[in-house]
Amino acid sequence: MPHDSPDHHDHPNSLLPSDPALRVKALETILIAKGLVDPAAVEAILTTYETRVGPHLGAALVARAWADPAFRGRMMDNANAAMAEMGISGRQGEHVVAVENTEATHNMVVCTLCSCYPWPLLGIPPAWYKSDAYRARAVREPRKVLAEFGVTLPQGRAVRVWDSTAEIRYLIVPMRPDGCEGWDEARLARLVTRDSMIGTGLPRSPAEVA
Amino acid sequence: MGGRSGDGAVVPTPDGISPYDAPWHRKALGLTLAAGAIGAWTIDAARHARETLPDYAALSYYEKWIAALADLLVAGGVLGPADLVQTADAPPAAAAAALHPKALRAEAVGKILGKGSPYDRAGPAPDYQPGQRVRTRTDAASAVAAGGHTRLPLYAVGKVGRVLLSHGCHVFPDSNAHGLGEAAEPLYTVAFDAADLWDTVENPADEVTLDLWQSYLVPDAG
Repeated sequence: MPHDSPDHHDHPNSLLPSDPALRVKALETILIAKGLVDPAAVEAILTTYETRVGPHLGAALVARAWADPAFRGRMMDNANAAMAEMGISGRQGEHVVAVENTEATHNMVVCTLCSCYPWPLLGIPPAWYKSDAYRARAVREPRKVLAEFGVTLPQGRAVRVWDSTAEIRYLIVPMRPDGCEGWDEARLARLVTRDSMIGTGLPRSPAEVA
Repeated sequence: MGGRSGDGAVVPTPDGISPYDAPWHRKALGLTLAAGAIGAWTIDAARHARETLPDYAALSYYEKWIAALADLLVAGGVLGPADLVQTADAPPAAAAAALHPKALRAEAVGKILGKGSPYDRAGPAPDYQPGQRVRTRTDAASAVAAGGHTRLPLYAVGKVGRVLLSHGCHVFPDSNAHGLGEAAEPLYTVAFDAADLWDTVENPADEVTLDLWQSYLVPDAG
């Protein structure tokens, strides 16, 4: 019986049903009944990240940085100011640092302690980013993890893994592929995948989106 | 869990696939964010609540969230334990009460999410400069509260690295998680050679960076 749990003083969650779907439903019921949560607000939060805020915003930022060297300079100096120029801001993106991939160094991001992620640029993190396997392994064997994403780096390119243990959020700026000279920002943005901005992927090849 | 062995492969998903593996995952996130707006706990207290669940390792990601949400609601005095029991046994059928004055309104969601809440604060000048070598403290435990919250991962305890970035002062989770004040202190990004963290490395040129508060660090005697 959950009610008999010796734990329920410190961990009263044990008073809820153990089945996760049922316990979410139970908590939702009580929060709404007590007026603590507006169900329309819950839906508004979730649809924000399903329809309005997602990796297309990060991709637009990266594409502008590729197309406009002055913007790139401002973004590398102060990513939040560059985001503000494009009307991008928000929760879990209050302190963004843009990190560029180069021929010498490939960067990737993890949060080993939880799942910190730049929501205003990339939305809600994918399931794999929140998985124990990614969080445990990315810092110790990043190249094996990258291989699972189909990424093999050239010999001689270092990997720097950013474990975001504070409120700084990192956006990886992938290298602009060859073969997209003269493309406008909208077209360039189609090359920029979510995973390429986490560092577990590379941009699409221009031939893929041409 | 950073650096832990024994986990299987990472299973990538393409762009555009839902981040939720089940409908209740989605609801767990939405309820947690909406209830957080009441202001009964800080982000640091929320992380601490998740990380100190007795069955942390056995719970899936959003199971941690929903368990911690229930604990936070009771610890914050928003709900009593009896409310949870009542819900579990017999969901109240009564009409919803009037919305709590601090409850997040649907029309305010866009503004609240777009605004966020910065964690940088005024505070002391940093002791360390980019390029300087530093050592993380040798004890992973919180120095602020016994058994308390901390953001120094076990795998990076007692290691030597070099300051890469200096971020000014940020709210100190070890204090803020326990309602002991924000106690802002300098925050740095510190880079460590992979070989200084792990016995076996994939490439000696590889590095790991962590964001570390000043009191996690001591000067490296060299």
